[in-house]
Amino acid sequence: MLALTADQYAAIASRYPQAVRPRFWAVWRVPALAAATVVYLMFCWWVFGIGQVLANTNWQIAGSYLVQWVTYEYRPTISIDRDGAMAVTFPRFDPIGPNPKPDWMTVDRTLMERHIAAPAPAGATTGGFMAGSSFMAPGTAPAAPTTEPTARVEEVVKRAEVRFSADARLVVTPNHVVVERNGETLMVPLGTGDDVQATGPLPAWAEQKRARDRIIVAFGLSGWAQIDGGSVVIHRRFPGWVNFVFDTNSAFFGKSAREVMHLITAGPRLDPTRSNLALAVNDVLYNPSWQHLDVWTKLLETIVMAFIGTLFAAIVAFPLSFVAARNITPNWLANQTAKRFFDFQRSVDMLIWALFFTRAFGPGPISGMAAIFFTDTGSLGKLFSEALENIDGKPRDGLTSVGAPPIAVQRFGVLPQVLPVFVSQTLYFWESNTRSATIIGAMGAGGIGLKLWESMRTHTNWPNIFYMVILIIGTVFIFDTISNALRSRLTGRVQP
Amino acid sequence: MPTRLSDRAALIERHWQAQARVRRLYTILGIGGLIVTVALSLCFANEANAGKFFDRLPHFLDFTGDLVPRDWLEVGRAMFDLPSPYDDGSLKYNYPEGRTYLTPVLYIPEYIDQMAITLNIALLSTVLGTLVGSVLSFFAARNMMPNRLVRWPARRFMEILRAFPDVVVAGFFLSFLTVGPIPAIAAVSIHSIGALGKLFFEVVENADMKPDEGLKAVGGNWIERVRFAMLPQVLPNFASYFLLRLEINVRASTIIGAVGGGGIGELLRLSISQNHGAKTIAIVILLFGTIVTVDQFSAWLRRSLVGSDAFLATT
Repeated sequence: MLALTADQYAAIASRYPQAVRPRFWAVWRVPALAAATVVYLMFCWWVFGIGQVLANTNWQIAGSYLVQWVTYEYRPTISIDRDGAMAVTFPRFDPIGPNPKPDWMTVDRTLMERHIAAPAPAGATTGGFMAGSSFMAPGTAPAAPTTEPTARVEEVVKRAEVRFSADARLVVTPNHVVVERNGETLMVPLGTGDDVQATGPLPAWAEQKRARDRIIVAFGLSGWAQIDGGSVVIHRRFPGWVNFVFDTNSAFFGKSAREVMHLITAGPRLDPTRSNLALAVNDVLYNPSWQHLDVWTKLLETIVMAFIGTLFAAIVAFPLSFVAARNITPNWLANQTAKRFFDFQRSVDMLIWALFFTRAFGPGPISGMAAIFFTDTGSLGKLFSEALENIDGKPRDGLTSVGAPPIAVQRFGVLPQVLPVFVSQTLYFWESNTRSATIIGAMGAGGIGLKLWESMRTHTNWPNIFYMVILIIGTVFIFDTISNALRSRLTGRVQP
Repeated sequence: MPTRLSDRAALIERHWQAQARVRRLYTILGIGGLIVTVALSLCFANEANAGKFFDRLPHFLDFTGDLVPRDWLEVGRAMFDLPSPYDDGSLKYNYPEGRTYLTPVLYIPEYIDQMAITLNIALLSTVLGTLVGSVLSFFAARNMMPNRLVRWPARRFMEILRAFPDVVVAGFFLSFLTVGPIPAIAAVSIHSIGALGKLFFEVVENADMKPDEGLKAVGGNWIERVRFAMLPQVLPNFASYFLLRLEINVRASTIIGAVGGGGIGELLRLSISQNHGAKTIAIVILLFGTIVTVDQFSAWLRRSLVGSDAFLATT
């Protein structure tokens, strides 16, 4: 036990100051590192112009894109004609389907005599509540092919109310639009041409960029609306993924799970050429907005890419690693040749191989497979040969001393020691390649990566992108678990 | 002449034979299953590919031949942006156009400039990943953060960052940012934070707790414990993982570049798809050299930091 009081320590320190003085580098190491990091970050901030880019970024767009990952919206348009007739129309490909009866919207109708110069184009002004089939709307007079002003009686909308939440709603009547949110009210008179002017000041949630121009009213996550002179465009947003199972043009659209089950098991054939089950399966797989079959096929391509690439790489790297290992092949030239070959394969990088093979074989899993195969032959070969060089030489000596042929020496003296390492490394690479296969795919090697990248480029299909992301993460997670379980079993058996 | 077995020995022999049969059956089934899977996978891949393997194979070397430059000096000219004697105004020989002039005579050749940008993206992302990851790791380590309510979110957060494919992150940032290196930086750093954070907190959990106990005994607060008990122990390992990640990130930032993030990766993709032989070879040589240099440098530094163990590249 060292017994040194504070006084004694001070006395010794004053006699031998150099012994207790900390070394310069030990004192200044951490501050110097921190300062260098700060300087480097400032340099990057300047050289990449990060401040400028961030200032010019429209963060609202980023937020709205993020929201679109897990929400969808319906976009009805409420149009108001000059004579006071209103109509509610949905766009042709609106996810609400051909027969909308939304519970967040109340529409009051009335019969009205109208004087119209020419038959209106379908769905634009005379449309009833049925988008895409407005000529069939009950009460619509047959459209006369004439340019003479004719009087006819039509069913028109006289009041439409859209509810965004419990205390937020938008009511359109031919004379004005009234928007209420959290007790505040915004009133916009209509029918005076294209000018839009609210009565009174705009609340915080309404925006008008220029005087007399359109007014945008925002309702947070439940949507927004745009008030123009002759129309109000509603964007009503809901959480979730819409039409994930059946799309709007499927016969099963809008039916509950129980109804669908009933149709499949006992219902009459909806399509006389095939059973309801076949029709349902077909409708799900070829759902045009989600493309389930295509997505899953592409995912399978990615998985196959990683699987075959890694497997073949392991098969080729296996014999080569014996050549590369110093202790197995006592030939300097052969060792070095094999090792430099591995280094070359590894360092040329998956990117270059992928571009190269995409150019040679065209986009698709073969190119991705070849890229993974070439890179990983190098990586696995290096790891395998390192494992071989670290083996215990005694079993080999024993086998050699009893006169076993060389093949038997390798088989019984070397292989049992390294096989678990080999398999575990291969499994590890398989799992990590499932990840990389996505990104090589995006570069042109096909698979789900390419599909993902193409959807991202359009900036519109965020729910589909999230769907694919979830599939990829799920796949990686499953392979992670399988490979971890296999590896722990393998290594556990060797080192109990 | 075989020795006659006793009844019990015969029983043992039969039992052994039965077990060997089962084992052989499993082996055959396993190998058969593997072969069938591989065959099916290959057929599937061949069907899904744009060009069929055996149709394309004879033309494989055509394309390689296209990449051979007209003379091998062209590669050097392409790399250093020197004028080419074959210049016909096409994009194939317009080397001097990529120059970035520092002074009226001194310029940085395009590919070296872009390679530097890619390297810088990798370095910056690794630094960011290390900074954020090291902070997070102390919140995720069991010994420094006994509170589950902090540890659990920290770990899940890092898992999410790690799991997100970097194409998606890059694509998302590309969708609302003006073009530039930020999507690539964001994609690579986000993945680095997750990956490094996990490695770091495992290091922290394996650290010796005695210095920490000493600091606790003299009343050190949490930050002091991290700074004086943990950091000196874990810093060499952190630095080693930093270098390992740097190697991975150099490759990753090149790939992200090829996908649309700019830098040398994009140039490589363009030149390879337009059959610009000399340019492609120049970029490949540059990339190859950089990757080898970074790998060697990092391996040397790591060896001096933590010794020759822990050399396995992990993603």
